[in-house]
Amino acid sequence: MDLLRFTTAGSVDDGKSTLIGRLLYDSKSIFEDQLEAVERFSRKRGDERVDLALLTDGLRAEREQGITIDVAYRYFATPRRKFIIADTPGHIQYTRNMVTGASTANLAIILIDARKGVIEQTCRHAFLANLLRIQHVVVAVNKMDLVDFAEARFEEIKESFTNFASRLDNLVEMTFIPISALQGDNVVEKSTHMPWYQGPTLLYHLETVYVGTTENHVEARFPVQWVIRPQSGQWPDFRGFSGRVAGGVFKPGDAVTVLPSGFQSKIKEIHTSDGPLEEAYSPLSVSLLLEDEIDTSRGDMIVKSNNPPQVSQDIEAMICWFGEQPMSPRGRYVLRHTTREVQAVIKEVRYKVNINTLHKIEDDLEFRMNDIGCISVRTSAPVIFDAYAKNRITGSFILIDAGTNETVAAGMIRG
Amino acid sequence: MPPIRSYHVSLLQQLESEALYVLRETAAQFRHPALLFSGGKDSIVMAWLARKAFHPAGLPFTLLHVDTGHNFPETLTYRDSFVEQIGARLLVASVQESIDRGRAVEEKGHRASRNKLQTVTLLDAIADQKFDACLGGGRRDEEKARAKERFFSHRNDFGQWDPKNQRPELWNLFNGRMHAGEQFRVFPLSNWTEMDVWLYIRQENIPLPSLYFSHQRQVFQRDGSWLDAETGFAQPQPEELIQQKTMRFRTIGDVTCTGAVESPAASLDDIIAEVAAARQTERGTRADDQRSESAMEDRKKEGYF
Repeated sequence: MDLLRFTTAGSVDDGKSTLIGRLLYDSKSIFEDQLEAVERFSRKRGDERVDLALLTDGLRAEREQGITIDVAYRYFATPRRKFIIADTPGHIQYTRNMVTGASTANLAIILIDARKGVIEQTCRHAFLANLLRIQHVVVAVNKMDLVDFAEARFEEIKESFTNFASRLDNLVEMTFIPISALQGDNVVEKSTHMPWYQGPTLLYHLETVYVGTTENHVEARFPVQWVIRPQSGQWPDFRGFSGRVAGGVFKPGDAVTVLPSGFQSKIKEIHTSDGPLEEAYSPLSVSLLLEDEIDTSRGDMIVKSNNPPQVSQDIEAMICWFGEQPMSPRGRYVLRHTTREVQAVIKEVRYKVNINTLHKIEDDLEFRMNDIGCISVRTSAPVIFDAYAKNRITGSFILIDAGTNETVAAGMIRG
Repeated sequence: MPPIRSYHVSLLQQLESEALYVLRETAAQFRHPALLFSGGKDSIVMAWLARKAFHPAGLPFTLLHVDTGHNFPETLTYRDSFVEQIGARLLVASVQESIDRGRAVEEKGHRASRNKLQTVTLLDAIADQKFDACLGGGRRDEEKARAKERFFSHRNDFGQWDPKNQRPELWNLFNGRMHAGEQFRVFPLSNWTEMDVWLYIRQENIPLPSLYFSHQRQVFQRDGSWLDAETGFAQPQPEELIQQKTMRFRTIGDVTCTGAVESPAASLDDIIAEVAAARQTERGTRADDQRSESAMEDRKKEGYF
């Protein structure tokens, strides 16, 4: 893969911004004028050394208070790969931000302070990464310089995290790396302080880890975004259903069904401005032309007839609540799923999850900001979906408060 | 056994596909969107992608040029021929007119810039034309405040950005709902870097204004930037010596605040090699960003692009 998207999770003071600053700095992704600006600000604030964390703080309030407020995206590239980092803050609205960052990531770095070891928040980070189906986790045991670079301490943390992680069903691969973000040990350069560690540096691991794509190439799914009708003499009968393939592979001649209507047809052509394609697969944006004139519009889904998704007005999902206001019991919300928008009413809260212990909560069912749990909803019109476990695109939705227009929840559909 | 298909998608294909998706979402979710077109490379790439997204139909967006009046003549020539080539509608909103009508007051002195005034002209054009969304070529790698932007960036009814209170943006689900009078800015190139833009321009063979390529130019130095001395918009002071140099521009904006760089790069291959080795950010040549540590953040809060 040419591109790796990862997210970073750590508590306040775990050194997350320093780690990202170090990754950018040591991989020479920082420009001279950026570094000069950071040096100027560090001096002005009276810091003893240049604070690399400042490289990632974009807003004035963040620089002044030394905190991170909102998810920020960072970009860097090495000759091997391009990276997009979703840098999420460790304190207020933590869950909301981490869920947002994790929704587009293939890998999560979980930071642990070597002095503190695996704490509640570590478990929370791992749980959220797993909930969003991030299959690759790097556990970066940071501040090794403050525990005398002791192998025994590293092994102890590794064992206790592994014990906890056995309860996470989506993890495919876990890598433990002892680092000091402040001094640069094992981030980009191999540490001279930990000869007992034979593994890769963090950057080398990120450059080389095999991350199977999160795209689904089995069940063919095509949510229609927009209908292209040029109405010009040159293209008199052109009617293209444009969108981005959300799963599977489409080829001319394939038998397809348009949902929710159920009309059937065949693919006549896969159109792009650069000419027709022989096949289209995720995540390519194309336009499909069908053999028959079928009433199809935005919000419909074109699927291969032999492998249909579920079509239902009843959905059960894990959700994370983002709203300032608690969820209103039996409340009505707008549900946005692929390119479709429907009304939804909360039918039942099944349970909430205590994300520190992973226990179910069944006695307090009010969803407040950052709460996670399982609900069922009834929608005003059918939703065309797969389980989130099968397809991140056709298995996810957001809830919107129709009064404030705010996004109040993220949902992952259960199969 | 038949060969196993890899379904490999290159980085540029991924970025293109994502941008087409965002452009189509914009057309679908808003009533009357505009595409902000400056004649700079990012807005050129964005307009190019818009043509692809709706092909063979025309663009469902009006191109809007917020014109400071301080243009390089090459930019305007290029703008008009490009607009004709992609068959788009162009609307020019003029900062000079805003000044003439008393909506904006020109800064005084030889360092005067119309950069801030653009916001007034932009917001007036949005109100006059009832645009509910404006597509911008901004990228998150460009500038630290931009790193915090969403694809769909909500603005209140004063056009202002509230970075501390943004809507969470998950997966590829964009929430473009708003109350009457509010508006959105949409950034299809959010995940592109400067290098990606150049690689894409080369791949697609997109024509560019000649200013991006090495040429001889009369310039003078101010605060470490080389400013143009040919168009007459930037006023050299007696101590600011005019020199002839081999220059090109890394970004193109208002003449008075866009610095040139010394460069022999005469082709796209040369430029790509130069960008790969660059040790300064591209906005390092922009005096508008050097005014303070949070110049971009402050302008965006006022309603800037």
